[in-house]
Order: sequence, then structure tokens, then C-alpha cells
Amino acid sequence: MYIYDEMDQAIVDQRVKQFRGQVARRLNGELTEEEFRPLRLMNGLYLQLHAYMLRVAVPYGVLSSTQMRKLAHIARRYDKGYGHFTTRQNIQFNWPKLEDTPDILAELSDVQMHAIQTSGNCIRNVTADQYAGVAADEIEDPRIYSEIIRQWSTLHPEFSFLPRKFKFAVTGAPHDRAALRVHDVGLRLYENEAGEIGFEVMVGGGQGRTPMLAKTIRPFLARRDLLSYVEAIMRVYNRFGRRDNKYKARIKILVHEIGAEEFTRLVEEEWEHLRGGELDLPLAEVQRMRRFFRPPGYEDLDDPVTWYELKKAENVNFSRWAAANVAAHKQPGYAIANISLKPIGGVPGDATAEQMDAVADLADRYSVGEIRVTHEQNLVLPHLKKADLFDLWRALEAIDLATPNVGFVTDIIACPGLDYCALATARSIPVAQRLSERFADIERQRDIGPLRIKISGCINACGHHHVGHIGILGLEKRGEESYQVTLGGRADENAAIGKIVGPAFTADGIVDAVETVIDTYLDLREEGEEFIDTLERTGHDPFKERLYGAR
Amino acid sequence: MALVRDGQVVQGAQDEWVRVGDAEPVPDNTPAVVTLARWREERSRLLRREAPLGVQLASGDDVAEIADDVARFGLIALEFPAFTDGRAYSSARLLRERYGFMGELRAVGNVLRDQFAFMHRCGFDAFEVRDADADAWSEALAEVRVWYQPAADRHFTAMRLRHRRVAAE
Repeated sequence: MYIYDEMDQAIVDQRVKQFRGQVARRLNGELTEEEFRPLRLMNGLYLQLHAYMLRVAVPYGVLSSTQMRKLAHIARRYDKGYGHFTTRQNIQFNWPKLEDTPDILAELSDVQMHAIQTSGNCIRNVTADQYAGVAADEIEDPRIYSEIIRQWSTLHPEFSFLPRKFKFAVTGAPHDRAALRVHDVGLRLYENEAGEIGFEVMVGGGQGRTPMLAKTIRPFLARRDLLSYVEAIMRVYNRFGRRDNKYKARIKILVHEIGAEEFTRLVEEEWEHLRGGELDLPLAEVQRMRRFFRPPGYEDLDDPVTWYELKKAENVNFSRWAAANVAAHKQPGYAIANISLKPIGGVPGDATAEQMDAVADLADRYSVGEIRVTHEQNLVLPHLKKADLFDLWRALEAIDLATPNVGFVTDIIACPGLDYCALATARSIPVAQRLSERFADIERQRDIGPLRIKISGCINACGHHHVGHIGILGLEKRGEESYQVTLGGRADENAAIGKIVGPAFTADGIVDAVETVIDTYLDLREEGEEFIDTLERTGHDPFKERLYGAR
Repeated sequence: MALVRDGQVVQGAQDEWVRVGDAEPVPDNTPAVVTLARWREERSRLLRREAPLGVQLASGDDVAEIADDVARFGLIALEFPAFTDGRAYSSARLLRERYGFMGELRAVGNVLRDQFAFMHRCGFDAFEVRDADADAWSEALAEVRVWYQPAADRHFTAMRLRHRRVAAE
């Protein structure tokens, strides 16, 4: 993984020092809360319903075991013993004290971490495929370019006060595991017909109250032009994005209002001035960066691995876990394991300090000390020998992290909702918990198969409900929580925005409604169809009829 | 209000520039700053003036409008109606890096010490700030020594420094 040199460290250290001064000015009254707000937001510090919340960046979801142990330490020392992994592959601490936050940031800088630009109207943490570097279907490692973008975007003097927040995602495989089309900018690495590797550039996707899929504005961008081109995009957005209405300020609205064609023209015109200049990305830089992401020394192993196959055959629980949570690795004899942070009845994405420490130890023992965070709020160990999987699984079971549900109905994304968030209109976590309990039976989950439920506690859509196969949006109606259901969203390479199926359900009725949708699918499905396939074949009508009766 | 120019705190009385409202006459013998609207309407007359001329742009004004005229101005003031409105950062870089403006580039409006370093990098060399912030100027700049991106201040980027170091080895 990327290792800071003294320049990277200097930037993070100066930031900690600067923030310490700002907190001191706030505490002694020199700064009002109003004036302090944008400064704390530049450092990931939010004021929530009950307390401050600190969001720490995990660049493109990559963590070392040392960093994970530091997160565990922070959870224990400065918080209530747990942390929450987010849909931007970050981690949030829900109960820090303001006066402790400079110390927390200083502790983070000791392990090359920070909270820079995890909030505010700036370029946020770059996300990437959680299987980067190890996916069997990968063409080019997106971490190389994610780190290049991270550096370019960090404390960018021109783009720190954008009309609104700005999110990049990068993938390097045909299967999109990073939800490119619902990002402000999505970058897909691929090889063109001439055999060159470059990016498809998509702009203007997003969720919130106006969900939109990003449009491709450049089918192929050479790698050396990456930074000059994204700088051109940012400059057009910074100059022309709307600032009169917070809800119309994302780049998707600009692209929509002036049209993708005109937007593209503006970007290309700006780029003509910038390309080939100081922002040119030399091959030497790509090569330098690539060295940080070199594969660890894999052994030459046979595949299939007898021991692994044998253990699956004799232990049904292990076999279930392997079927759901283990993914294909590019190296024979190796595998990728997902660690579900969705125990039945638990809070999606939460991990205790003890679990973080245990995962760090397991990463050291089995995965070259490396861990990933997924945008689906799970963890990944990316470099595992198949022969070690059984021992790993037993160790995970011991710390309640072996739930075999990755990709299934109980692998739910949920925002913090009204339990924590000042913006929320309804609770999300309890809905996720009740759904999880309703579908607890693992055989039933396996029968239902891959199904993505995503829950947001307000229209800002932090829980990605627009791209859930089943999306749930918590609203407030006459003082009561109510839940609107969307169907047919997806965040993969066939991205789609879900459609509202009908009138909202009560807090009591929402779990039954989801069960009705799933039962309808089970009744209608044809051989080999997943939920989303059946839905796309039949359309929404049969589901509506079952939910609301014939009309 | 205080003016920080080239890193020095300048007393209000020492600021030679006078800002002229659209309804007021432009004084002949004093450095005067007019609005973009005034410049548009009275361009030919203003060009005949002998005393230095400045122009002030609102954050939504398109800086390209004065691209061909930048050499005529001794001062360009860019407004920050709120510190969260970041359009003037782009305007500043365009003026310096694309249109070659060499005069005084002044940040006016909601200009706070916490943004000094960003503004400086984008090409501003003068700042109208509240008195309490004026002395923080040098401290704010000293806080930052390494930059990842190229900007109007022509600092070497971290990337370039790294490759130079490799080349030297």
C-alpha cells in the first residue's frame, strides 16, 4: 500500500497543528460556532444530534493492520468502544469530545491517516473497487490512480469551496463494485482497441433528492491526461455550478441543466488550455506509484486446494460462509474473504474495538497485514491462501464476524438515520435490524439469493436507497415515521435508479412489505433468476398488486 | 478593516485606491476602482484616463470578459460574498496563469485568515481583512510548506520534487 514520505507527513502534520489552533480559538470564544463550522468540516468533524462525529478517511478503502489497531485504540480511548464503517469506505466515531479531536488527529497522523476533506464542499475521499489489485477480472489497479487523485485533490487551493461536495470513484475491472454511475465523477479503467489503458470518464451521477446516473463525457482518456482533465472538470463546476440552492448545487444538476453536450464542450475547451502542462502525469509517476501497490510475494500454489475443498465438504457452516463471503482471487491457490459487518440484528457497519483489533491480528496472520473497507460497509481480507480459510473462518466465528450473508438480503446498507443524524427524518438502523431478524434463517437467505437492500433515513440518500434492488427511504409524515419503497435500483455496471412502488408504509408495516416483495419474487422467479432479473423481466406490476391489491 | 499587501499590514490611509460607486464620478487624479458594469459601459473613456485604474468583479462575473484588457488594470479586486463562495479562486488563477495579469490582485469581502494560504496560492497578493486577522497572515502562510498541486504561485509540486530527487540520485 501507499507509504507516506516526509512531504505527505508534513502536510498531515501541519493540518493537525492548524486544527489544534482552530479548536483552541473555538474553545476560547475567538471563533463562533458559525465561523468554526467550515473549519471543522474541512477536518471531518460534524455536529450531530447528540454529539460531535469525526469521520476519518480510509483512502480508497485500504487499511493496514497497524492503522486498524489505531482505529481500535481511538474507539476505546476517545469514543464508546466502537466505530462505524461508511459507504465512502471511511470510518466514523460517534462520540468524540471537541477538545480531544486535535489529539485524535495527531494519533491518526502517527499511522499516516487523517480526516482531511471527509466533509465540506470539497473533493471527498476517493473510493475504489474494494478488490483492487486482487480481483480475478482486473485490468489495471485503480489504487494507483486513486492515490494520484487523492494527492492532487488534497488541500487543493482552487477547489476547497466548491458549490457542493464532490465524489470520485475509480475501478479497473469490467464488473463495477464501486458504483461509478452514482458518483460526481466515475473513472473506469479499461483497455481500448489499440491496446492502450485509459479511462472512461463519467460525470454527473449522484443520489440525494434528485438521483441521476452519470453520463460518459469522454469515452477514452489517456492516463497522462488524468489530472489535467479532472482539473478542467472541477474548474467548470467551480465556476458554473449553482450556488443559489444547496439542493441544486451538485454537478449532476449543472450537467442536467446545460446538457451533457454543452458541459462536455466547456470541459474540453478548458482542458485544451491545461493539457500537456504542469498537470501532465508522467509515466515515471505511474510507475513510482505502481511500486507501492505491487502484489505481495505470492507462492506458486495448486488450485483447487484439497484441504479447502475437504473442509467445505465436511462443515456446512464453513461451506455456507465460503459460498457467500469468499471471492475469486487473480492468483491460483489464493482467495479474497469478505468479513460481514452485518450480524443478524446488528447495526450495519459497526465494529467494536475488540473486533478491529482481532481483524488486524488476522490480517497479519493471513493477509500480509492488509484490510479493505467496502462501500457496502463490510471488511475484506485480500491476500488469503485458500488453505488458511478454514482457520480464518473459525477465528472470525469466535469474534462474531463470520456471518455468511455477503450479498444477501441481510447484508443491508443503512445510514445512521435518526439515531444519530441531525438531518434524518426517520430511523434507519432499527429497520435494518428488524429486517435482518425477519430473514435471519440463513437457508432462507441462500434460497432468496443475491439481493441488495439499502436504507436511507432521509432524502439525502446516504444509505444509497436509490440504487438498492429494494430501496427504503425513511420520511416523516405528520409526526410519524413512514417508509417509501423503491424497486429496481442497482449500483453495478448496469446501474439504474429504483422507482417508487407506491404509497409509503408505516414503521410497523415496512418489514412485512419487504417480505411481500420477496415472496412475490420467489413465486415468480424462473430457473436461475436472481431477484433483480425477475423484477426486470416482469416489471413492477406484479409486485405492486401484491403490495397494494388489484386496482 | 485592514489591508494586507505583499505580506505587510498596510494602514487604511495608505491604501491609495479609491473604490467608486456606479453613481459617482470617477476621480481623474486618484487610483480608482470601478465595477465591471462601469467598465463595460465606459470602457473607451476609462481607457483615456491617466491615473491608475482598477476593476472589481463580483464572484459570478465571468473573468474572461476582461481577459484582453488585464494590462490596463493596476488592480483587480475579486469579491468573496461569503467565504464559502469559491468562484474567485478560479477567477484568480485564470487572471494570473492564463491572462497574464501582473498587477495587484486583491481579495475583498468575507476574507478570513483560514483561507489566506489557498488565496495566496491562487495568485492573490492583497487582502482586505478584519483587523484581528491581519497579523495572522505570516503565520497562516508559514503553516504550509508542501503542496501537491501546481497553482499560480508556481511552487514545485510534491510530485515534481520527488522526481527531481530521483533524477539526482
